[in-house]
Amino acid sequence: MADGYILSLITFLPAVGAALILILRGDEGAVARNARWIALWTTVITFALSLYVLFHFDPSTANFQFVQKTDWLGGTISYHMGVDGISVMFVVLTTFLMPACILASWESITTRVREYMIAFLILETLMIGVFCSLDLVLFYFFFEAGLIPMFLIIGIWGGARRIYASFKLFLYTLLGSVLMLIAIMAMYWHAGTTDIPTLMDHPFPAGMQTWLWLAFFASFAVKMPMWPVHTWLPDAHVEAPTAGSVILAGILLKMGGYGFLRFSLPMFPVASADFAPLVFTLSVIAIIYTSLVALVQEDMKKLIAYSSVAHMGFVTMGIFTGTTQGIEGGIFQMLSHGWVSAALFLCVGVIYDRIHTREISAYGGLVERMPFYAVALMIFTMANVGLPGTSGFVGEFLTLIGAFKANTWVAALAATGVILSAAYALFLYRRVIFGVLDKEKLKNILDLNRREMITLAPLVVATILFGIYPAPIFNIMAVSVEHLISNYAAAIAASDAAGSAGNAALEALRQIATR
Amino acid sequence: MENANLIPAFGPAIPEIVLAGGAMLLLMYGVFRKVSPTAHVAYGTVILFIITAFLVAGQGTLTGTTFSGLFTVDPYTRFVKLLILLGASVAVIMSLTFIRREGMDRFEFPVLIALATVGMMMMVSAASFMSLYMGLELQSLAIYVIAAFHRDNAKSSEAGLKYFVLGALSSGLLLYGCSLVYGYTGALDFVKVAAAISADHQTLGLIFGLVFILAALAFKISAVPFHMWTPDVYEGAPTPVTAFLAGAPKVAALALTMRVLFTAFPAIAPEWNQIIVFVSIASMVLGSFAAIGQNNIKRLMAYSSIGHMGFALVGVAAGSVEGVQGVLIYLSIYVIMNAGVFCCILAMRRNGQQIETINDLAGLSRSQPLFAFFFSMLMFSLAGIPPLAGFFAKFYVFIAAVQAGLYPLAVIGVVASVVGAFYYLRVIKLIYFDEPAPVFEGPMPRELSVVLTLSGLFTMFFFIYPAPLLAGAQFAAAALVP
Repeated sequence: MADGYILSLITFLPAVGAALILILRGDEGAVARNARWIALWTTVITFALSLYVLFHFDPSTANFQFVQKTDWLGGTISYHMGVDGISVMFVVLTTFLMPACILASWESITTRVREYMIAFLILETLMIGVFCSLDLVLFYFFFEAGLIPMFLIIGIWGGARRIYASFKLFLYTLLGSVLMLIAIMAMYWHAGTTDIPTLMDHPFPAGMQTWLWLAFFASFAVKMPMWPVHTWLPDAHVEAPTAGSVILAGILLKMGGYGFLRFSLPMFPVASADFAPLVFTLSVIAIIYTSLVALVQEDMKKLIAYSSVAHMGFVTMGIFTGTTQGIEGGIFQMLSHGWVSAALFLCVGVIYDRIHTREISAYGGLVERMPFYAVALMIFTMANVGLPGTSGFVGEFLTLIGAFKANTWVAALAATGVILSAAYALFLYRRVIFGVLDKEKLKNILDLNRREMITLAPLVVATILFGIYPAPIFNIMAVSVEHLISNYAAAIAASDAAGSAGNAALEALRQIATR
Repeated sequence: MENANLIPAFGPAIPEIVLAGGAMLLLMYGVFRKVSPTAHVAYGTVILFIITAFLVAGQGTLTGTTFSGLFTVDPYTRFVKLLILLGASVAVIMSLTFIRREGMDRFEFPVLIALATVGMMMMVSAASFMSLYMGLELQSLAIYVIAAFHRDNAKSSEAGLKYFVLGALSSGLLLYGCSLVYGYTGALDFVKVAAAISADHQTLGLIFGLVFILAALAFKISAVPFHMWTPDVYEGAPTPVTAFLAGAPKVAALALTMRVLFTAFPAIAPEWNQIIVFVSIASMVLGSFAAIGQNNIKRLMAYSSIGHMGFALVGVAAGSVEGVQGVLIYLSIYVIMNAGVFCCILAMRRNGQQIETINDLAGLSRSQPLFAFFFSMLMFSLAGIPPLAGFFAKFYVFIAAVQAGLYPLAVIGVVASVVGAFYYLRVIKLIYFDEPAPVFEGPMPRELSVVLTLSGLFTMFFFIYPAPLLAGAQFAAAALVP
């Protein structure tokens, strides 16, 4: 297989699937059935291809691999694709979650199935594109374009307040992103290119870095989302259909963290170091505040949404420590949260499909009728809490170590978030699964069917496997992260040296003047 | 040698001459033919536009001035003229069914559009304030008439009259500005004006002249604060006329503005630059906010076009080759998107009546999925969301503004575009999220669906191969900015 084209193939294969669904003809039922199968096969084949990339990925180098570069917008803006040890993980995460999304929508989506599947496949293309692009304009192109399918998915197939939620998602994210676009343009004129590998080696003046960092932060902080710009997320999650929530929590949120790693840290190291205290503060507030908010939620999806904000707080905290543990932990936390939160939303979807409510108080005692479901939800709840042995533990633990090296207070405060997360997650589990099964509607509820088991099984495996043996993930990203950190440290050292040289000169001048 | 001075070279002006002569022939044909000749004349006009386009393109890289320095051609005029011809042909095609249904079936309609197009091509090629005024008036007079073409309809007559009165005022301003410039520089040719200014720098009178000229041109491109006529005229004029008004004349007027600023007044760039920056910001902000409250789709498009002109002016404010390139890309994409949107508006019919409130679009995606899909994609594109063409339009003007260091302008502009996204999203919300309203009369007339499909496909797939437009615009821009 031509390695130069494989990333483009993975990226655009879902779009081809969408085109196939578009040309389906026949009565409504047949179209819906075929659309589901085409979507499933497309996502499965895409996943298989992304595994090919993963297995042929050379983890011993920090260089970008599977690179493809073609002229696009004239000048120096090109269609440049490639992955390194950080982005390849996110590509695989995306392709891994997509079949689960399609399966989760198999029976719950009954209206406009064709459009639904097209929207999801186009969304997959755009998400993979975000993680593969090695040109800023191309990145922005994919990053922004994802809003269109997401807007339609929430707006068409969402719940009662779907219109409010979809508008909020769209306008919030757009407002953050357009500022980043201005920053991209400024970088283009300063460096003469928007090529990401070139820009990583381009030293921007410290004053400019501050502004650029803030503009990128506006975009990624909203996407992440960080406190206080997280308010779109609970609304979007509650109103989105199950698969929409899975994508939102599993992948779209990760674009923020990926952006910090790909742009903020390597391109604006000095500003990143300067602003780290701000990020720490916001992260700690997010961890504690949103955990407390999660504690009082009555709606299951809202609870998980707030817990996502808290978990993303660990990620931002870890990334901006600039330490190996912090960054590797942040990435691991993103991946782990990718499948754990996705699985939790799928679990909510399972009972929502049966009872049609997400009110926690409408449930209770489900363990008596749904033993398999209780086990699955138990595993994911524990992973969400960060119990050792599940993948949730590894990331949280490492980010806390990284934070401890950077600032003890931050680590101490963030650690209380772990306790709070245990509180809200266990509280949720107790209210839904345990207790007496006395509600009339629940008396005949059925356990997981075969489709739901197939959907959840890979996520259970990932949660436990990488909880016990996380090494494969660290092996792939280790060299890239190391490269990132050494460049980051070198840039900060250089800036400090320049700063101290300047101070020394000033001091000398002062001595001459006072003599 | 003497002879050459007496008889000017006609070569550069052949496309205009052919178009003007052709329009006269079509008029004669219409007058002398007994049975309703409108459809023939309309098709004839489109063919005439196509011939003219080939003549314009056939001039290759010809660059020069003729008619004693009144008329100029270069790659810049060629690019803009082709765009104008495209906009005008599409407008004629879109009017075919409408004028028959609405009882405006008169052959003068396409002929007037052809004459307005001659005026616009003249404006673009103007190299002196004299020829500028001539082209502008030819264009305006023809458009005043077609705006009031639906003469049994009070709104249409009102639109025509309003446009005429305010247009006459702006022509007055223009003439006054030209006379001031003439008084203080002693020249009417752009090149001579520029030379006079750089020789003995600016005077207050000259700046006054510049301001008057810019005010008149801002009126023509409906930029704030000279936009007041736009919503009323857009709403009142027959829809194909609105479609025409929102396309080609805007292109011509903006191209003319750039010609005047870059050729006649390059020496006082800081003076006009602040005016352009203000007008641009005001247009973007007003266009975005005022459109939110609109329920009539034509009024909404009026505010949308005010906003879009503001975005295009961002490129003018940059004052560089990149800026002009950005404006040309913007206008090209805008003309094509605009044609698609107006096809959709023309197809909104129920019970034999044209309807215009946006609530009538509710649930369109259930009854006419393809129509709804193209309409929504065009709306996303107007909002400037990638991967659609509208994103690239905004990208190129803003990148020029950033290059010129106009950060406040760029930031206000992108924030205004987010506000603007709200009302485009509202249309999409109605189409996709709301419960269906009664369905429209189908099917869409064939010529409308062809134009809509082409426009929609261009908008969606522009990103695959943008190079020709980018290169063409750059070549044209390089010819204008020294």
